[in-house]
Amino acid sequence: MSAPVWNNKVVKWVDDRLPVFSMLHHSAYEYPTPKNLSYMWNFGSLAGLVLVTMILTGIFLVMNYTPHADMAFDSVERIMRDVNYGWLIRYLHMNGASMFFIAVYIHIFRGLYYGSYKAPREVLWWIGILILLAMMATAFMGYVLPWGQMSFWGATVITNLFSAFPVIGDPLVTWLWGGFSVGNPTLNRFFSLHYLLPFVILGLVVLHVWALHTVRSNNPTGVEIKTPQDSIPFHPYYTIKDLFGMGVFLIIYLYFVFFAPNFFGEPDNYIMANPLSTPAHIVPEWYFLPFYAILRSIDFEFLGMPAKLLGVLAMFAAIIVLFVIPWLDTSKVRSSRFRPVYKWFFVVLIIDCFVLGYCGAKAPSDPFMGLHGLQVITVGQLATLYYFLHFLVVMPVVGKMERPKPLPASISESVLKGGANA
Amino acid sequence: MSQTAQSSGENPDENRRDFLTLATTAVGVVGTGMALWPFVDSMNPSKDVLALASVEVNLSNIPVGQAIKVMWRGKPVFIRHRTEREIKEAEDVALNQLVDPETDDARVKKKEWLIVVGVCTHLGCIPMGTATGEPRGDFDGWYCPCHGSHYDSSGRIRKGPAPRNLVVPTYTFLTDTSVKIG
Ligand code: HEM
Ligand code: FES
Repeated sequence: MSAPVWNNKVVKWVDDRLPVFSMLHHSAYEYPTPKNLSYMWNFGSLAGLVLVTMILTGIFLVMNYTPHADMAFDSVERIMRDVNYGWLIRYLHMNGASMFFIAVYIHIFRGLYYGSYKAPREVLWWIGILILLAMMATAFMGYVLPWGQMSFWGATVITNLFSAFPVIGDPLVTWLWGGFSVGNPTLNRFFSLHYLLPFVILGLVVLHVWALHTVRSNNPTGVEIKTPQDSIPFHPYYTIKDLFGMGVFLIIYLYFVFFAPNFFGEPDNYIMANPLSTPAHIVPEWYFLPFYAILRSIDFEFLGMPAKLLGVLAMFAAIIVLFVIPWLDTSKVRSSRFRPVYKWFFVVLIIDCFVLGYCGAKAPSDPFMGLHGLQVITVGQLATLYYFLHFLVVMPVVGKMERPKPLPASISESVLKGGANA
Repeated sequence: MSQTAQSSGENPDENRRDFLTLATTAVGVVGTGMALWPFVDSMNPSKDVLALASVEVNLSNIPVGQAIKVMWRGKPVFIRHRTEREIKEAEDVALNQLVDPETDDARVKKKEWLIVVGVCTHLGCIPMGTATGEPRGDFDGWYCPCHGSHYDSSGRIRKGPAPRNLVVPTYTFLTDTSVKIG
């Protein structure tokens, strides 16, 4: 498409030197968007909204936060009690982290369901996983900053995971801590990195959107745009739809901020860190629970590797496996809407992730859902097994065996026949 | 360029260029590594952290059967004044029953005093059982609430996910009732 003609002299002057306006025009009007995107396509922009909120609230928190082991806890309490609107800024930041993960997890499962990771979107998908990893690191280190009991013991347990590696394990952990236990040097470096990483995420988001604009959005049919009839301009159609989504999302987010600000939190984190006493029940933040369950489910040795190392490897593998699914999925069809068999496995995967989350929140020897004789650890092991089987076995095998339903000839044909019911 | 070099298929200039490229790359890699090292090493424990490496503890007010926690390098150290029964239990275990076999003798300097770093060797929680009334696990030692590790009256791992015994720090008895840890 031809470059736009700018009537405004100032706009033209700037655009001739730095084509920001052409770029915006290009993304808003010329970027063809499939006309059948559902609300499942709202979560990317929602994640972006939260990222901006996190950076803004974070910058204002830092103005009153003191990154020192003796003062951090009190400085956060001061933010809550004495700083004007400090409570609001902190609760926005605290609950924003949970909202960020909700938006991103839905965004990821959307991609899994509609096959958005398949060619030509592999690199787009990879950058997404890198964003997830960076978010996890950021949230983990942020949670340490208020220096409560959960901050301290969460940091202790998670950094100790690295001691599982043979030979380099112990020096590595000492290096991470900057001492012989989690302490002031640890808090300082986590603060430094917690400030840095969100900007790394921002950079990754730019790459993510760049890749998106190169390969274009997938859509609920998984059929690519073929003719101009299949697409509409992003603005005003999807700007308005994204804005509407943001309104709904903000209602939910702010409900928690104002009416249940500690819903996602742990009361123990309002007790100052005490290196001499571990709380009776340590749990990570909810968004880490499925991974924590995978970590703990390995309680046996295998091939001479101790359980602790295997658990750590399994936990990392749970994310690493996502990098290779573009090649593990052998089906020619993208969207699960046309995959009658795989669709059900996808439902099982979702349930499996919730089961893992439940197991991660309970003590290993607790009864599962109050069922006597069924321990949480056993269920966690089965759920871990399914998680890996899903990607490593179900994806390649079902893709080969399944007979997909006939695909619509084009997006517009599917829309004319009634979209989702076609 | 001489005719002979050409005919043997060797171009001395090209060889020299390859060498220069390799040498430059090698120096560049080593140089980058050397430039990075100060940053990496700055994250290791600093001199002041290393300097806080020992504490002295007075043992005279710990009655038999009780234990205390002291801070050493930011971690708790458990000092237990063991009873006759605890000592006997620790000595009587057959080594082949232990996950990380070690005799009780090798873990104490004076039988009545057990001194161990109070950090679970699984993922670093502080096991319970030092203060009176806390659960001490199935082996009269300590119990780690995080993932359920049981340690015996010699601080050895007996049950649960922890792989190793509680670490014995370096210490010396200055007198009969005072000990220097570290
Ligand atoms: C990717 C974006 C971010 C995420 C997911 C995130 C996550 C978190 C989390 C989970 C906490 C703990 C909240 C609590 O329990 O108190 C936290 C605290 C904190 N964060 Fe962030 N954060 C992000 C961006 C930032 C940025 C950009 C800054 C600074 C410019 C920042 C500064 C702080 C400060 C000072 C605290 C400690 C005060 C407090 O605990 O409320 N954060 N962050
Ligand atoms: S940290 Fe003690 S059992 Fe896991």
